[in-house]
Amino acid sequence: MKNKSAKVLTPTRREVLKYTGAAALAAPFVNRAWAQATEINMLAWYGHGEPDIVGEFEAANNVKFKPKYYAGGDNMLALIAQSPPGTYDVILSDGEFVQQLNAAGYIENLDAGDYNFDDMLYDDFKQFPGHWKDGTLHSVMVRCGHLGVSYNTSAVSAEEAMSYKCFWKPELKGKVGHFDWHLPSLGMMSLYNGNGANLWNLDDAGWAKVQETTMSLRPQVGGFFDYGGTFNSLKNGEMTAMCGIGDWITGVLEKDGAPVASVVPKEGGIQWTESYCIGKGSQHAAMVKKFIQYMLSPEGQVHSAQMAAYPGFAITKGGRALLNEKDPKEAQRTGQVDGMANDPISLIKDGRIHYRNIPVNQTLEDWNDFWSEYKNA
Amino acid sequence: MADKKHESTKPVKRSIDIYALTWRMPIIIWQFLFFVGPLIFMIAMSFFLVENYRMVEAFEMKNWVKMLGRNYFWDSYFYTLGLASAATVLATVLAFPASYALAFKMSETARRWAVFFLIIPFFTSYLVRTFSWYVILAESGVINAILSYVNLGPYTMLNTKFGTMVGYMTLTLPLVIILQTLSLSQIDRNLIGAAHNLGCGRIRTVFTVIVPLAKVGLIIGAVFCFILSFGDFVSPYYLGGSKPPTLPIMIIDTTKSGQQWPRAAVVAVMMMVTLFSVAFAAIALAYRKRSQ
Repeated sequence: MKNKSAKVLTPTRREVLKYTGAAALAAPFVNRAWAQATEINMLAWYGHGEPDIVGEFEAANNVKFKPKYYAGGDNMLALIAQSPPGTYDVILSDGEFVQQLNAAGYIENLDAGDYNFDDMLYDDFKQFPGHWKDGTLHSVMVRCGHLGVSYNTSAVSAEEAMSYKCFWKPELKGKVGHFDWHLPSLGMMSLYNGNGANLWNLDDAGWAKVQETTMSLRPQVGGFFDYGGTFNSLKNGEMTAMCGIGDWITGVLEKDGAPVASVVPKEGGIQWTESYCIGKGSQHAAMVKKFIQYMLSPEGQVHSAQMAAYPGFAITKGGRALLNEKDPKEAQRTGQVDGMANDPISLIKDGRIHYRNIPVNQTLEDWNDFWSEYKNA
Repeated sequence: MADKKHESTKPVKRSIDIYALTWRMPIIIWQFLFFVGPLIFMIAMSFFLVENYRMVEAFEMKNWVKMLGRNYFWDSYFYTLGLASAATVLATVLAFPASYALAFKMSETARRWAVFFLIIPFFTSYLVRTFSWYVILAESGVINAILSYVNLGPYTMLNTKFGTMVGYMTLTLPLVIILQTLSLSQIDRNLIGAAHNLGCGRIRTVFTVIVPLAKVGLIIGAVFCFILSFGDFVSPYYLGGSKPPTLPIMIIDTTKSGQQWPRAAVVAVMMMVTLFSVAFAAIALAYRKRSQ
């Protein structure tokens, strides 16, 4: 018995060497765990806190993003309203909701000098509507995409897709799907009615006409879908045309070989815009500033353009150049090549793209009420 | 003497009450914490207001007036009621032959295995089971591929009421079969034998002897089917294409837009009132004869 305990307490030379070696090998991991990464709380649409976007930045700066995902601007505002100040360090907002974030005091002022606005592909992006107030910057646009006619190329020709009229094609009865959000779909109906740049600024007659046009589409509609449902119904051919979306969904499917595409029709398309803000009271404002700078850098822009969840356009010259260099196929597919006919910047300059907004003369509730009525019709 | 006897039993009675109460307490606490409490809060919430995306405590009728005053609410209400009723009838009718066979025509061992296989679907997520129907029901799916060999189809099954009904059956049919089987298994076989001896045919025996004797179980199975279908969001959304939306989809829509939780609470309260009414009416029907 005595001998046994002595053996336990007195390690052999071989054991000493073995344990010393193991300790030495484990040291780097111990050190890494010791220097714990700073947590950055992010509020964003799905996909923005995933490794394909933030992985490189996390590794370089010893931070860890903790994303909370939302679906829709209303949902985003509600999540912030229900949380104490400082809960979210970085907020990704739809462009049209930035002014509401600012009005409610949910975001910090930004120093415009911190961001390379000179590299923006288009002047509007430097002074994006709602991102500045009284000369102060509140949010930095980082990506965008265009919404128009999304279709199955075996059911709708490229020529037909050049007008929203294709949604009423008799052969598509029961095959037209809606992304289940009133804003883009009703915006498209407004464009089809010829409202152009005034698509959100509708008087009573204009709003009544939009409702009438939308109701006339109802017999064609096969379903109302969320992101997953939209994705599936286009992929399995249940829906052959989709209203309210764009390349942010068909792009993922197209890259996967599905016969789908999105175009900006002659009546015009709608731009979704995503911008980063620093949450009010954030304890990591300096790191978030660095992250926004990273997302505007060529590398960040390429990650954003290739985002696994949903692709977006690069908005800086450096980003576009690097995308063409690293992934020319994707740059070609999305028209992000200078001089291409469907170059998104050219489409904006030609006046065919209108930034998504909220209704000017009606409330969001009015639009939502009508949307519920439409779905039940 | 009687008084003395009464006095002597008092302490015993009290101790029995405490003992019984101790055993009842967990379910009482559970029901209060997870049913009565949230229900009271939901009813109260239906009178709150939303200001700047934040709920404000109030006692206003605005949400009730707004929701009950909209035609689309009532369209959705009667559509949901109709779908759930149809699912209840369908599940009850489809389940009965299977339950009958399990209860009367199979050995004890085979019945145990059958019930085990009926429980297995509940091991996987209902959402996953619903999405798996995409592969089967899609126009390019399994059923249409088989039908194409006999020059039939393709038929549209997804994003239709049929799709919704398939989802409801996925959710409820195994449960209804299990409940019916348990009920049918408890019927005294001598009564069936007596019916046959008195010249009652097989079909007549089913409807005049077996169904009345298993009434409670059959009705409880139907009620479960109604409750689950009426409150289901997944099938009408993913297999029915939300076309038109049912009340659970309306709850989601209402909360998504403007974070109108109080208005969603109005819809939820209306659903609860309907479910309570149906459940109490069904239980009254099930036990009517017994109380007489």
